[in-house]
Amino acid sequence: MSDEAAANPHSVRLDPEKCVGCTTCIKKCPTEAIRVRKGKAYILSERCIDCGECIRTCPHGAKRAVSDPLSVIDGFRVKVAVPAPTLYSQFDEKCSVDRVLSGLLELGFDEVFEVAEAAEIVTGATRRLLEKPDAPLPLISSACPAVVRLIQLRFPSLIPHLAPLLPPMEIAARIVKERLHPGEEGVGAFFITPCAGKVTVTRAPLGYPRSALDGVIGLRDIYLPLRAAISQAPERHIARAGRRGLEWARTEGESDALGERRSISVDGISHVIDVLEALENGKLQDLAYIEALACPAGCVGGPLTVENPFIARTRLRNREESAPPAAAAPAYEPLEDLAWTKKVEPLTALVLDPDMLKAMVMMEEIELRASQLPGLDCGSCGAPSCRALAEDIVRGTAVESDCVFKLREKVRSLAKELIELEERQPPGLDR
Amino acid sequence: MKLRFEVSDEDFSLAGRASSELKRVLARLGFGPETVRRASVAAYEGEINMVIHAGGGVFEAEIETDRIVLNLDDSGPGIPDIGLAMTEGWSTAPERYRELGFGAGMGLPNMKRNCDEFDIRSEVGVGTWVHMVIKA
Repeated sequence: MSDEAAANPHSVRLDPEKCVGCTTCIKKCPTEAIRVRKGKAYILSERCIDCGECIRTCPHGAKRAVSDPLSVIDGFRVKVAVPAPTLYSQFDEKCSVDRVLSGLLELGFDEVFEVAEAAEIVTGATRRLLEKPDAPLPLISSACPAVVRLIQLRFPSLIPHLAPLLPPMEIAARIVKERLHPGEEGVGAFFITPCAGKVTVTRAPLGYPRSALDGVIGLRDIYLPLRAAISQAPERHIARAGRRGLEWARTEGESDALGERRSISVDGISHVIDVLEALENGKLQDLAYIEALACPAGCVGGPLTVENPFIARTRLRNREESAPPAAAAPAYEPLEDLAWTKKVEPLTALVLDPDMLKAMVMMEEIELRASQLPGLDCGSCGAPSCRALAEDIVRGTAVESDCVFKLREKVRSLAKELIELEERQPPGLDR
Repeated sequence: MKLRFEVSDEDFSLAGRASSELKRVLARLGFGPETVRRASVAAYEGEINMVIHAGGGVFEAEIETDRIVLNLDDSGPGIPDIGLAMTEGWSTAPERYRELGFGAGMGLPNMKRNCDEFDIRSEVGVGTWVHMVIKA
């Protein structure tokens, strides 16, 4: 890992050349993690959950997820592609999954192991968790890394509800290395992803110390070369994953695969927040499973995809229909090592001060300052709302005159004072 | 520190705003997850009760480092039999709210369950007052 990646593991980065300093992204960020400073957007990395909302909404394409280039596979003896099932939804159904995967081999990969196959294994493990008598129901899927981080940051009381299981991409990489090529040197597993958050968790995993993946390639970056490769590649029989694995790429897919009727499937980060809020308020207690996905329509709506999420979802559904129910694969059981080995802790980035008394004094000042700001949430100050500006002022990262209305007030009162001074005469001349 | 919210019954889609705001503040002050959760449940149920039964009211939170005190005050119809109202499953919520999945008769019991101190007083025709303490 480079020093830069260690200091800020987040994949979402700004291209300062393209950023015009508009306030579109700061308004859309669900954790208020972006400010505009000196005409450029700036990400408060400790608050970023890698949901990719800013990538999706930036009208100038200035936000991007830094993933690995295809050349990351060079230097490995056995190059294994580990594609997310979302990949299949980016191509017309006339192009079979076998052809898509054959295209990957044409691009330089030696083998393919489908993440969808690992997703079926996670489905089985989740089912076993749900059947445990002491299961902390409702279990919340931990497949979406943005949702896991959102819970750490904004809903820490829900951490015990997270299904403590490795994500399918990680299991796929481990199967490649530990089961298919045990003890071999030079085997590289490369995830092909629609998701910015997955890039980040490969660098800074949640729930396990180190990722078995050797690179993460954005689907968007590989799309055009893959399209070209598909048209030339001889079709080989590679696809093995069944319907239950494919379903994971879209909303309701995990619940469908589980066959769990007492479940909620929610997509889109603001809807996810509402559902988690309800759960934390003591609602939804009769549910067994919550499938929460940050992107619209699920992973098919990931920020690194090229197709419209809803078109992609329909294509995926069509593919599900023609797939067998489950992979005809050798089982990789027993897989006790599917479980998290590292605790997922609450994040404290929103806490004003470690000393609660000091935090209270700050909070009171924030409330007061917020009440004195115009309340238009115009964003001109570079903060997403007047309240956020009030908080920034109290935290010491902004000043009141960053507010254009406050600035105008100040200028007006200065001007008034100047006129008054100008009208004043020395006592000897004042008649 | 103190927070004060006017809870209105004009727009049901806004019900829950006050408790959500309280939660936002508690998280910034650094209260532990379990304390935030208990305060959220107590505050949310209290707020919803005021909206459904009392036409709104006033919700105050006094926050100290070791405790959160919630006071709810409304000028609604009052509760004739508090003992009965505290029974799980007992509800007088109007049908229009039950259709929305509210009024399961768990509001007051849930509030009590998540508090360290719980006091409720009510007078028919005058209103209801609820006092809750959540120790951090």
